[in-house]
Amino acid sequence: MIKTDVVIIGAGPVGLFTVHQLGIKGLKSEVIDNLDKAGGQCIELYPDKPIYDIPAVPECSGKSLTDNLLQQIKPFGTKVHLNERVQEIKEDKGEWILKTNRSKTFVTPNIIIAGGVGSFEPRKLPLKELTKFEGKSVFYSVTDKTLLKNKKISIFGGGDSALDWALELSKYSKVTLIHRRNEFRGAPHTLKILDKLKNEGKISIKTPFQIHSINDDKELKFIKIKDDNEKIEKIETDIILGFFGLIMQLGPIVEWGLNMNKKTIEVNTENFQTNKPGIFAIGDICSYPGKLKLILSGFHEAALASVECFKRARPNEKYRFEFTTSSKEIQNRLGIKK
Amino acid sequence: MPKITYIDQAGNSKTIDVENGLTVMEGAVQNNISGIDADCGGSMACATCHVYVEDSWFNKLPKAEDAENDMIDMAYKPEKNSRLSCQIIVSEELDGLTVTTPEKQT
Repeated sequence: MIKTDVVIIGAGPVGLFTVHQLGIKGLKSEVIDNLDKAGGQCIELYPDKPIYDIPAVPECSGKSLTDNLLQQIKPFGTKVHLNERVQEIKEDKGEWILKTNRSKTFVTPNIIIAGGVGSFEPRKLPLKELTKFEGKSVFYSVTDKTLLKNKKISIFGGGDSALDWALELSKYSKVTLIHRRNEFRGAPHTLKILDKLKNEGKISIKTPFQIHSINDDKELKFIKIKDDNEKIEKIETDIILGFFGLIMQLGPIVEWGLNMNKKTIEVNTENFQTNKPGIFAIGDICSYPGKLKLILSGFHEAALASVECFKRARPNEKYRFEFTTSSKEIQNRLGIKK
Repeated sequence: MPKITYIDQAGNSKTIDVENGLTVMEGAVQNNISGIDADCGGSMACATCHVYVEDSWFNKLPKAEDAENDMIDMAYKPEKNSRLSCQIIVSEELDGLTVTTPEKQT
């Protein structure tokens, strides 16, 4: 069981800056994120896209923004629990108890949800019958390559992941690569190899095709694919791999009894607290009149929420507003030596 | 103001006046049209504002960029007439545009 002043859900830019705002006030926090790295959408969706509206930073990439934020919060030594999702929360004597999908328990007076649009999950093929084969013969990521040796594998997708796995698995399995249009999007070098393997008959490429149906048995035996002209082809298949990127799902948060507005959580703008005392929502996931989904708005929301967190975590202390330029105490917390 | 019609899979149709310069996605979100999620807010990074454009209109629209087509690859049940509604900018020329929202976005 981990006791802390604040649990931050989401390690995107806003979640990371929250660590800073809490840290300079002397509050300890723990961050939990479902992804395998910090940065949220900035890293997962657009690591290389330039961002032009971070105040005083004329241009930066999602990656450099994340790296700089991690640098900025380094002095606080805050733990970021990655690959982990908060599954349930409950209240106990004015404190919140959180449980994750990895069976970790956190106890805290404050939860700040900086969850963006939710946690990232792989997008799936649009065929209900595939659900029962998931994890057995239908996969949306590869964790164990040995399961994929000497098999008949149908890979769906047209981006880097689909191409890379098609190349790799064609070394020891019979691979069919299926994509909804003729163009693939991959590194030039990858596309060249793909072409070569295709010409050598080592990979079968089916475009423009999409999944149509599968056999109706206990085991996956074949799939049928359909092109734009309704032409149907049957492909013998033991394993289906789908690579359609990631989608954001709100997940368990919707069951926590928070006032929601579509996919966002309603907050008051004084301290970004939700209808539940001690639960805050900031960044893209919160809504209030005039809300803008900008990173800079999230930073502002983090600052205000951190003040209320202080009051709740230190009920016997008086909150004092201080500037980093002049406060010796803040500078100590930041490890600045003069 | 140009009128844009949004039809869902059940056939329910809503016609909205959308200001010039807004995207078809924004027109939907601002008018509570269900079926368009637009999780990324219009940065062409999520494919949850996917729509099917009526054939007669599809060819009249400015062509999708490569990056948009790459994103449509990720969408739920893409078709030949698929577009991301965040990339269709409303103008007088698009008065009467009709789009159909998919059965779901994810």
